[in-house]
Amino acid sequence: MDFVTRNLPYLMAGISVGGQYALIAIGYTMVYGILRLINFAHGDIFMAAGLILVYSATVMPMYIAIPLMIILTVLIGFIVERVAYKPLRSAPRMSIMISAIGVSYLLQNLALYVTGGLSQQYPAIPWISDTVTIFGSTTKRVTVITPVLTLVLVVLLVLLIKYTKIGMAMRAASRDFETSQLMGIKINSVVSMTFIIGTFLAAIGSALFFTNYTGVTPTVGAMPGLKAFVAAVFGGIGSIPGAVIGAFIIGICENIIKGVGLTTFSDAFTFALLIIILIIKPTGLFGEKEADKV
Amino acid sequence: MNKKNKLIWNVSLIVALLVLLFVLEQVMPSGSMLFTVLKKGAIYALVAVSMNLLNGFTGLFSLGQAGFMLLGAYTYAILTIPPESRASVYQYYDGGIIQFAIPVPLALIAGGLIAAGFAFLIGLPVLRLKSDYLAIATLGFAEIIRAVFQWDKLGPLTNGSNLLRSFPTFQSVLYPFIVSGICIALIVMLINSTYGRAFKAIRDDEIAAEAMGINLAHHKRLAFVISSFFAGVSGGLLAMYQTTIQASMFKSAMTYEILLIVVIGGIGSVTGSCISSFLFIACSEWWLRFLDNENFYIGSFHVPLLRAGFRKVVFAVVIMAMVLFYRQGIMGTKEFSVEALQNLFRKIFLRKSVKKAGDTHES
Repeated sequence: MDFVTRNLPYLMAGISVGGQYALIAIGYTMVYGILRLINFAHGDIFMAAGLILVYSATVMPMYIAIPLMIILTVLIGFIVERVAYKPLRSAPRMSIMISAIGVSYLLQNLALYVTGGLSQQYPAIPWISDTVTIFGSTTKRVTVITPVLTLVLVVLLVLLIKYTKIGMAMRAASRDFETSQLMGIKINSVVSMTFIIGTFLAAIGSALFFTNYTGVTPTVGAMPGLKAFVAAVFGGIGSIPGAVIGAFIIGICENIIKGVGLTTFSDAFTFALLIIILIIKPTGLFGEKEADKV
Repeated sequence: MNKKNKLIWNVSLIVALLVLLFVLEQVMPSGSMLFTVLKKGAIYALVAVSMNLLNGFTGLFSLGQAGFMLLGAYTYAILTIPPESRASVYQYYDGGIIQFAIPVPLALIAGGLIAAGFAFLIGLPVLRLKSDYLAIATLGFAEIIRAVFQWDKLGPLTNGSNLLRSFPTFQSVLYPFIVSGICIALIVMLINSTYGRAFKAIRDDEIAAEAMGINLAHHKRLAFVISSFFAGVSGGLLAMYQTTIQASMFKSAMTYEILLIVVIGGIGSVTGSCISSFLFIACSEWWLRFLDNENFYIGSFHVPLLRAGFRKVVFAVVIMAMVLFYRQGIMGTKEFSVEALQNLFRKIFLRKSVKKAGDTHES
C-alpha cells in the first residue's frame, strides 16, 4: 500500500500529461495524414493559446475568456494554413516543412515581443484547478478530468471521421490526395477543416496543460509539441487511436522516469523511444504499410 | 577563362579580403558592431555550409546541427581550459577529471572528430530513415545529447549545467575567417570530387543512383560524418567567440536558424550560404537594432509598436516572405565566382553596345 501511495501521484500525473499530449498529437497526426507535413508550428500554436488566455483572463470573466481563447486559436491555425502552407501545396515537401519552421520562428518571436520575454502567470481556471484527494494523494482536479475529457473528445472525433461527409472526405484525402481531388472533393476545405479540428483540440489541451504549469514563456510550446509528435509517430502517424495510445504511453513513462529520479532524461527518453520505434517498426504501432514507389 | 587564370583570380580575391579585414581591424574601433557580425557570420557560414552539404547536396534532411556544434564546443572547451583555472571552473566537481590542456588547433580538430564519431554511431540506425523521419530523429538526437551533457553525474567532465569558461579565445577577426575559410574550401573540394557527384546523384534520385552503382549507405554516412565534423569545428569556434558555453544554448532553435540561413542563401549553393549567413547575422544583430528602440522618431512622428523584441518579429516576417515568395533563395543553386561576375558584366556591357549599335543604325 505504501508503494502505491508513493507512486500513484506519478502515475496519475503521467496519465494526465498523456491526455494533454494526446490532444496535441491528434493535430499532428491528422495534418500528417493528409498533407504529409510535420507541422512544426503546432506546438507554438499551443503556446499561443496559453498566452491568449493569460491576456484575455485579465480583462474578462473566465466563461467568456475560454471560448474566446478557443476561437482565436482556431483562427490562428486556419490563417497559418492559408498563408503559409496553401501556396506551397505543389512545392517539394522540404519547402513546406521549412515554411512550417518559419511559422514556428515567427510565432515564438511574436510571443517574445508581446510578453517582453517574461514568464506569464497562467490564470487559475475555477473548478478544474481546485485541489482534490484521491487514494490519499492530493492533486488538482485537472489531473482527473484530463483523461476523461480526452477520451470523450477522441470518441467524438472518431465518430465525426467515420460517419460524416467531411470525415469521409478526410479519409479519402489521406488515402490518396490527388485521386480524391479528381473525385470532386474540395481539398482546400478539407485541409482547413483538419487544421481547425487540430488547433481546437490543441487549445483545449493548452488549458489543461498550463493549469498544472507555472507560467507561459515563448518557447514553452516546443517541447510538448515535439513530444506529441513523437507520440503520433509512435502510434503510427495518420492513425488517431494510435496517437492517443502513444501519447498516454509517453506521458506515463516520462513521469515514471521523473519519479525514479532521472528528471534530466525524461526528455531524452522520449526521443530514444522515437528512434527505437523508427528502427524497429517505422510505421508505428497502428500505421499502415506504405510501399516505396519508383 | 582557363583554370590557371581562375585560380589566380580566386587566390587574389581571398588575399584582398584578408588584407581588407586586417586594415579594417587596424582602423576601426574594436568594439564596432561590424566585427561582431564578421566573427559570428564567419562561424555561422561554416556551419551553414556544412548543413548545406547534407541538405542541399546529398538531399538528407537533417536537423541535428546544434547537437554536433554542442559536441564540438564542449570538446574544445574541456580540452583547452588551462589546468590552473580548472579548480575555479569545476568548482562543484573538485576541478574535474581532466587535468591537462592541448593546443587550440588540435582541440578544434578534436571537437570535429568527436562530433564526427558521434555522427557515425548515430548514422548507423538513423540514416536508414526517409526524409522527414530522418529530420525528426536527428532533432531528437540533438535533444538527447543536450540532456546528457547537462546530467550532473557527468559533471566532472562536462561541469553539469554550469558554464564552461576561461578557455582560450580569439581576438582578431582574421582567426574565424581563416579557420572557416580552410574548412569551407575543403568542403568545396569534396563537392567537386567524385564523392560530391555521387552525393548529388543521391539527392536527385536515390534509386537511379543505386542503379548506377553508387553505394547509398556508404555515401550517406560519409556525407553525414563529414558534415558533422565541420559542424563540430564551428561549434569550437562558436565557443571561442562567446567565451563561455552552456549546454542549454544549443537548442533546436539554433538548428532552425542555421536551416533558415541555408534556405535564404539557396539550398545547394555554398557561396549562397556564406553570403546569407553574414546577411542574417548582420540583420539580426546590427541593422535592425533601431526597431528595438522605443523612442524612434521620423521627423516629429513617433513610430508606434517599436519596443524590445520588435526587431525579431520584423525579421521573422521577412524570412517568412522569403520562404514563401522567393523560394530559391539568394543564389538558387548557382555559385558566386569571378567567371559568373565577368559574364554578367559582359552581358550588361554587350547589351548596351548592341543597343548603341541599334540606335546608330536607326539614325
